[in-house]
Amino acid sequence: MTTQNNTLPTKNSPKQPEEPLTMDTFLQGIWRENPVFVMLLGMCPVLAVTNSVINALAMGLATTFVLLASGTLVSLLRNFIPKQVRIACYIVIIATFVTIVDYVIQAISLDLYNALGAFIQLIVVNCIILGRAEAYASKHSLPHTLVNASGMGIGFTIALLCLGSVRELLGNGTLLGFTVFGDQFQPWIIMLLPPGGFFVLGCWLLFFNWIRERRESPKAEAIQEIVHGQ
Amino acid sequence: MGNESLSFVFLNALIVNNFVLSLFLGLCPFLGVSGKLNTALPMGIATMLVMLVSSMCAYFINMLLVSFDIEFLRLISYIAVIASAVQLVEMSMKKFSPTLFRALGIFLPLITTNCAILGLALFQTFREYNFLQSLVYSLGAGGGFVIAIVLMASLRERLEFSKVPSVSQGAALTVMLAGLLSLIFMGFAGLGSS
Repeated sequence: MTTQNNTLPTKNSPKQPEEPLTMDTFLQGIWRENPVFVMLLGMCPVLAVTNSVINALAMGLATTFVLLASGTLVSLLRNFIPKQVRIACYIVIIATFVTIVDYVIQAISLDLYNALGAFIQLIVVNCIILGRAEAYASKHSLPHTLVNASGMGIGFTIALLCLGSVRELLGNGTLLGFTVFGDQFQPWIIMLLPPGGFFVLGCWLLFFNWIRERRESPKAEAIQEIVHGQ
Repeated sequence: MGNESLSFVFLNALIVNNFVLSLFLGLCPFLGVSGKLNTALPMGIATMLVMLVSSMCAYFINMLLVSFDIEFLRLISYIAVIASAVQLVEMSMKKFSPTLFRALGIFLPLITTNCAILGLALFQTFREYNFLQSLVYSLGAGGGFVIAIVLMASLRERLEFSKVPSVSQGAALTVMLAGLLSLIFMGFAGLGSS
């Protein structure tokens, strides 16, 4: 046992010591550092394409793919890219994958392509992807990057679905194209229009703030009690 | 689509289809830099300049790409043009107004990832605008961005002094405010179609 313990760290020790791959690497993108609800990154597609669930899902999957692919390449090339021109390199890598996604979606479904419009090509300037490349992929090994990028991608997709389902349900009375409410339902057209996007996002942010405050308040009370007790 | 009158193109980009409030482009600086009026205005003007330069360059680059039949390189070349345009504006601002340059700081290079600029270049390509139309379109879009960010900054400056519930502090309230602004701009919707 002792020999194993001694040999293991030297056998796979990278240049900089890396924290072990935990569940947290994956989960932080979904809840604690959710790109949309916590970090407020990549807002443009979040609001623009979420007027139906299908659009939201397609956008989320496309962004996740670009996140994974560009993360892989940046992580593999991280020792070869010169520091001074790294941002330009990342952008070219991202733009390449976005072009691929653009053509693939066009081939699969032209309706979807027309519904998403220029926002597929605008994935290039989505801050989440460049931010992950700069802050994570360029400093971590491939498995770490893949796990983290998939967490972030899923977090982003969930956020898009949160908005898309509410907006489609209230604005059109349907969910994924199926009618949910009866004929009596008067659709809230405003939810499908631009202001609706802002309002629904605002409500979700309020909701998450409320949860966070509720979770923190018992802790704060306990601290207060301790302080007063002393 | 290529035969719209210049005034229509301008008004359409400036108010009716405002880039920030009805097309959702460039929301990151809109939410991020709109805290104070005296940084929001220079930011808006810098973005407008970059829009103007990059839209002109994008027009000629697209002509070049079409003539060589290599349109799949459009996205990459547009991004390269925008990055250089941002560099250009940054350098000239450093020379002519160092105080402003320092005030904007990190937000200046971040204009590169402002989707309003790439969006502008892509839209003018899709709609097949000619040179003059592209010029007017970029002016309108830049002006619209300035209007939106200045309105937002003025509102947020007044909001600083008002009492709001702790749950709604920060981003949630800002987004709600943007929704109200967007609702107001929707009132102009009939203007463009005539």
